[in-house]
Amino acid sequence: MSDTRIGRFGDYGGRYVPEALVAALEELDEHRSKAMHDPGFLGELAQLHRTYTGRPSIITEVPRFAEHCGGARVVLKREDLNHTGSHKINNVLGQALLTRRMGKKRVIAETGAGQHGVATATAAALLGLECVVYMGRVDTERQALNVARMRLLGAEVVPVDHGSRTLKDAVNEAFRDWVANVEDTHYVLGTVTGPYPFPEMVRDFHRIIGVEARQQVLDQFGRLPDAVCACVGGGSNAMGIFHRFVDDEGVRLIGLEGGGEGVASGRHASRFSGQATPGVLHGAYTYVLQDDDGQTIESHSVSAGLDYPSVGPEHSYLKDIGRAEYYPVTDDEAMEAFRLLSQTEGILPAIESAHALAGAMRVGRELGPDGLVLVNLSGRGDKDVDTAARWFGLLPGQEDQA
Amino acid sequence: MSASTVSKVLAAAKDDGRAALIGYLPVGFPSVEGSLRAMEVLVENGVDIVEIGLPYTDPLMDGPVIQTAATRALEGGVRVADVFRAGRAVSATGAGALVMTYWNPVLRYGADRFAAELAGAGVSGLITPDLVPDEAQDWLEASEAHDLDRVFLVAPSSTPERLQSTTAASRGFVYATALMGVTGARTSVGSAASVLVGRVREVTDLPVCVGLGVSTREQVAEVARFADGVIVGSALVRCLVDAPDPDTGLKDLGALAADLAQGVRR
Repeated sequence: MSDTRIGRFGDYGGRYVPEALVAALEELDEHRSKAMHDPGFLGELAQLHRTYTGRPSIITEVPRFAEHCGGARVVLKREDLNHTGSHKINNVLGQALLTRRMGKKRVIAETGAGQHGVATATAAALLGLECVVYMGRVDTERQALNVARMRLLGAEVVPVDHGSRTLKDAVNEAFRDWVANVEDTHYVLGTVTGPYPFPEMVRDFHRIIGVEARQQVLDQFGRLPDAVCACVGGGSNAMGIFHRFVDDEGVRLIGLEGGGEGVASGRHASRFSGQATPGVLHGAYTYVLQDDDGQTIESHSVSAGLDYPSVGPEHSYLKDIGRAEYYPVTDDEAMEAFRLLSQTEGILPAIESAHALAGAMRVGRELGPDGLVLVNLSGRGDKDVDTAARWFGLLPGQEDQA
Repeated sequence: MSASTVSKVLAAAKDDGRAALIGYLPVGFPSVEGSLRAMEVLVENGVDIVEIGLPYTDPLMDGPVIQTAATRALEGGVRVADVFRAGRAVSATGAGALVMTYWNPVLRYGADRFAAELAGAGVSGLITPDLVPDEAQDWLEASEAHDLDRVFLVAPSSTPERLQSTTAASRGFVYATALMGVTGARTSVGSAASVLVGRVREVTDLPVCVGLGVSTREQVAEVARFADGVIVGSALVRCLVDAPDPDTGLKDLGALAADLAQGVRR
């Protein structure tokens, strides 16, 4: 039954949207299906990745950090070194080129941490597209630097004051804009959820992460990693690095969720630790933090990019079939991993990516000295300097609390 | 399968040579009791069918007015079961009752169980703004089993193929959105609505009702010339949102409903 329906990963996915958007989703699906087989499109995207994004991104072994990971060897896939500072640019350049192919002149995007918004604003500047980014008011405050970056790039940033005023509400607002302006506007959805074809399309644009990393690890270590760790908000960087490894049965795929103040506290963004149940949010049938009435429960995480009550439907599928494992990482654990990587390796990770590092510390201890762990370092921490400095009490006048 | 109350109300209005007036209010705002009373006020002032909204945390087809009401209703503790209470209250007036809801609350409740409770409350069916027939297998089955109307939306962007398939899956009436956008008052209705209604009539004999952006008596009258029903939401909800106290809200609501009712009766 389920596999005959459009855009499904097992039972998950689908297209739960207002009819007004269906024509645009079908147009998008048609264009991206053709584009992904068009040497002209693929060539232009590859050229941009070489000369603009800075691909392939390198891998870096981090032995001093690995001392805190049970002695297992740890290698980072450096998506933080991409232009704009995260993996988000992979997807955005693909969708911006599609926007041009569809003859649309305007792009809109939602953003949580601001990384996807910055990437979209960047691609819009590069291709001469008008750009509006929706961002929850709470996130505009905790990621103020990225708000300024988007504005410097010529984008309009619209703070969203409804609901929890974070990522989920920014998505709602972007959908509202899209329904009204779909004729000339493409919604550059930033993660592997939403209505079909977004989950599959966004994954395919990020798949390059895993394709490169798998070969790089084979070349450098002569074998596949024992585990691949990635943080999971909506789940785009994780699907990007997981996908090429799905058929490698010996490779554990480990997604790390925002554990907030601990799952027991109720203040977290962990969908897969028994708190979320299958439901519909933002156009997809997938795991959702919801109450008995089907109302969405607000998520909490120190990381704006992981602060999302739902998750991409392909992750729900991988979870149910047991191919991927998902664990919460608390704010405290993530910030400790942030501090450790910074001080042992001179690499400031995004707080999102620090969750993946905390996962590597855990799995490394399980694996021991023979283990090899690949971590997707999905973004850099420049945007988080203020949050981290406050967390560790490093700002002037804060020393007393440190 | 028998004609629903909503179908009968639409047919009766047609026999009178006029369009029906459909008014939307969310249950639970300003309180559950207050919302039930407000729905009765709509009927007392000439509204033929009440569209009972189920407040939802993520209403992506709604503009600021309905979002505000929904948020406050949820803060006030409104529950899914309250729509069945509202359904009974509206049905008791003799007016048609429909529930408008995003899909997840129904999915969580169980489509069949939800349908059974709707039918028990005398509600004619559901309007589903984020559920297209392609994804509606559960609802198609539940609505058949409990003899309920299925009101799907069509939009100016709907392709001819989708107008055909969506209307074929519909029961009761077809909800034509007057424009591309979310709920909320607009300064003019524009030509998209009449064009869309014309396209819908080519593929179905079901009644066609028009909503989104209709807020004044003049706009109601304009839409009533080419549609079988006119749907007003945000303008009514605004009366309750803007009121300094519930009694004033009900008074303003009654006055607006009476004014809008003139729009379908001249």
